[in-house]
Amino acid sequence: MSLEKGKKELVLKKTPIPEQDPAVRARNFDEVALGYTEELAVQEANRCLSCKNEPCVKGCPVQVPIPQFIAKIKEKDFAGAIRTIKTKNLLPAVCGRVCPQENQCEKNCVMAKKGEPVGIGRLERFAADWEMAHGVEVPEVAPPTGKKVAIIGSGPAGLTAAADLAKLGHKVTIFEALHVPGGVLMYGIPEFRLPKRIVQQEIDNLRKMGVEIIVNAVVGKSITVDELMEQEGFDAVFIGTGAGLPYFLGIPGENLNGVYSANEFLTRTNLMKGYLFPEYATPIKVGKRAAILGAGNVAMDAARTAKRLGAEEVYIVYRRSREEMPARLEEIHHAEEEGIKFQLLTNPIRLLGNEQGWVTAMECLRYELGEPDASGRRSPVPIEGSNFIMEVDTVVVAIGQGPNPLVPRTTKGLETNRKGNIMASEETGATSKPGVYAGGDVVTGAATVIKAMGAGRVAATAIHEYLMNK
Amino acid sequence: MYRILRKQALSENIKLMEIEAPLVARNAKAGQFIILRVDEKGERIPLTIADFNKEKGTITIIFAEVGYTTQKLGCLNEGDAVLDFVGPLGHESEIDNFGHVVCIGGGVGIAPMFPITRELYKAGNRVTSIIGARCKDLLFWEEEMRAVSQTLHVTTDDGSYGRHGFVTQVLQEMIDQGEKIDLVYAIGPLPMMRAVAEVTRPYGIKTIVSLNSIMVDGTGMCGACRVTVGGETKFTCVDGPEFDGHLVDFAEQMRRAQIFKDEEARARAAGSCGGGCGCH
Ligand SMILES: Cc1cc2nc3c(=O)[nH]c(=O)nc-3n(C[C@H](O)[C@H](O)[C@H](O)COP(=O)(O)OP(=O)(O)OC[C@H]3O[C@@H](n4cnc5c(N)ncnc54)[C@H](O)[C@@H]3O)c2cc1C
Ligand SMILES: Cc1cc2nc3c(=O)[nH]c(=O)nc-3n(C[C@H](O)[C@H](O)[C@H](O)COP(=O)(O)OP(=O)(O)OC[C@H]3O[C@@H](n4cnc5c(N)ncnc54)[C@H](O)[C@@H]3O)c2cc1C
Ligand code: SF4
Ligand code: SF4
Ligand code: FES
Ligand SMILES: [Mg+2]
Repeated sequence: MSLEKGKKELVLKKTPIPEQDPAVRARNFDEVALGYTEELAVQEANRCLSCKNEPCVKGCPVQVPIPQFIAKIKEKDFAGAIRTIKTKNLLPAVCGRVCPQENQCEKNCVMAKKGEPVGIGRLERFAADWEMAHGVEVPEVAPPTGKKVAIIGSGPAGLTAAADLAKLGHKVTIFEALHVPGGVLMYGIPEFRLPKRIVQQEIDNLRKMGVEIIVNAVVGKSITVDELMEQEGFDAVFIGTGAGLPYFLGIPGENLNGVYSANEFLTRTNLMKGYLFPEYATPIKVGKRAAILGAGNVAMDAARTAKRLGAEEVYIVYRRSREEMPARLEEIHHAEEEGIKFQLLTNPIRLLGNEQGWVTAMECLRYELGEPDASGRRSPVPIEGSNFIMEVDTVVVAIGQGPNPLVPRTTKGLETNRKGNIMASEETGATSKPGVYAGGDVVTGAATVIKAMGAGRVAATAIHEYLMNK
Repeated sequence: MYRILRKQALSENIKLMEIEAPLVARNAKAGQFIILRVDEKGERIPLTIADFNKEKGTITIIFAEVGYTTQKLGCLNEGDAVLDFVGPLGHESEIDNFGHVVCIGGGVGIAPMFPITRELYKAGNRVTSIIGARCKDLLFWEEEMRAVSQTLHVTTDDGSYGRHGFVTQVLQEMIDQGEKIDLVYAIGPLPMMRAVAEVTRPYGIKTIVSLNSIMVDGTGMCGACRVTVGGETKFTCVDGPEFDGHLVDFAEQMRRAQIFKDEEARARAAGSCGGGCGCH
């Protein structure tokens, strides 16, 4: 703590958020961070300086009115706080938990120059949780316009587009391939980071606004975009199918038993509740020594999941160094606290197996950092002859995902780029096909929840305009 | 919920169900499959579309009760419903007039073989079908298959019905007798499909098999269903389920089918049904 010349006392440290003890939580799937109490929230809110020029807001992809909602928390007007947030952010309980705040709102916070930034994410989460505990207000819906919009995919992009369009009075139907709506929020991000009941509640609200959700509908297979528009009478379509196609390294041994994509590993655990096997019927298997390849959020989630499923040693294997790890800072800390080990500047070149076809080891190379590459990050260079063997019995490949080609392949006149991402205008989400809009990971490649939401909102605005002028 | 309109026991542990699923029936084609989940705590399992009726909006599935989930499904009755039912998934079979086609169905694989055989027959092929099972009691749809084939052979491993022996023996004899065969389709257990591919390989007769890899989503999202075909990794759910049998790494597929063997045994042991429902 320090005093600033007779002015208000500046508290340099964030108010800590109560968390489960690392040793305990590394063996359960309950949420790690328990959230602020009202007292702690007010205490943290009081650190905010209500800056006139709002630097924090500029860091938020959806421009949440940060100083304003924090001011309401200071006044203990929690209902006012959440209402303020919701003018811009439909899923604050989610974003408060999973946004990479250190790269967004909190990065720009003036307090960060002197000490730690205001815990904007934590406060956002607090306000959202407070509302859930006290009854959520279902937004008002405008009188019906008579227009029908189909939303494909129910991740953050689709949910946001659906909510905005429903509010404007359009008849919205979401088509979701899986048996549960929510996208990555449901199948990817683990329960211990984002409890599923929270996503569920947001989805229930959407239903209360009159949005119809059809699960088990694989667009491109069960029905195509063209059929939706030509036969089912949809006036516009929004595609938010995400980046669900798992990449593999393409090295020998990747199809050995015990090698999973992060998507499979996390889907079995989260969506299918494999951690409750055999009460829930979907099996998941981890051995004693697990290697997770990659160092993004997906990799951290897989590593911490492996630990919770009983692996004794869990390694993050990454070919760059700590600074380049793309995961949220908080999750890297959490992983370390839970005993995850980091095998950095290392990359496997092949996986070895036993006679029964189970993975037993990885042959790896050590790396050093060379010149900065196109992305500005120093590129990893393998050290010749540095080969070594790492014994593992579980490998989870978490090196990224691409867009699923099912929809583009079956939609006439929908253009994609070389990587298979749908081409859509950043300003409107409009694609090459009239009446069809797209946003979220399917356009940008794997990104963030809040960016997907932002894209859903942008597209909803453009779709509304398109429908009203049609 | 997806209602079971009709249930029929084809043999002691092979059951047929006709299920109401209009969104699946709408675009269903021969060779495709569905994924279902029996109830809230259930796993997702893939089953081939054995038949479909677009007017009624129904899909027929035929399954062998081999473990926890298929047993649980087998306990449901007409009027009951399954919680989730999604499809049609995978590519449809490529139907054309190839000339003389041999359609081979082994065990429960007779079910998925049927709609493909029917389409090939309708497309003007000369169809020879060979169906086989371990014993007479496990055999079904002989008449259905006969109706869509010029010639039908039946084999049983134990000789309790039809020819004593394996489907591959009939196929080998046909080849030995100099019959011209333009295409072979084989659906059944992995060892059977591999054996068929080995019979036809020396003669260069194109052989299509339908793989039953372990799956979760069935949409290309998880990679559980990967298989090496011609040295390349493919996802059975979106790239298949049908592949050129001469290019499939069957040894890898057979290993991968064992991934959850211990857990599957545990699930069976802990099963809530386990015969208690009175239908086993
Ligand atoms: C494990 C994991 C952890 C992550 N952690 C974070 C984090 O901490 N913070 C953060 O900001 N971001 C995180 N992300 C990224 C973030 O989740 C995504 O950027 C975001 O979910 C993208 O939203 P979306 O709406 O574009 O797509 P998704 O959330 O991917 O949703 C797409 C939906 O479309 C459905 N779909 C796909 N194809 C079809 C079809 N043909 N027909 C019908 N439906 C279809 C899918 O089933 C899915 O439900 C994480 C991602 C993963 C995988
Ligand atoms: C495309 C496809 C089509 C199929 N069509 C049929 C069909 O028409 N009729 C039929 O009887 N069977 C079919 N199968 C196989 C069927 O899915 C399995 O028999 C079923 O999943 C077994 O589940 P269980 O819990 O009863 O048995 P378990 O004891 O769990 O498993 C028995 C064996 O089935 C396989 N299996 C287990 N779980 C899965 C899974 N999630 N996905 C795929 N295979 C699994 C494994 O090899 C396992 O060893 C098909 C499989 C695929 C991939
Ligand atoms: S939505 Fe994300 S970036 Fe925006 S204020 Fe909330 S936590 Fe920060
Ligand atoms: S920059 Fe930080 S201190 Fe200033 S208003 Fe935003 S959150 Fe408050
Ligand atoms: S079953 Fe998941 S990708 Fe094929
Ligand atoms: Mg099973």
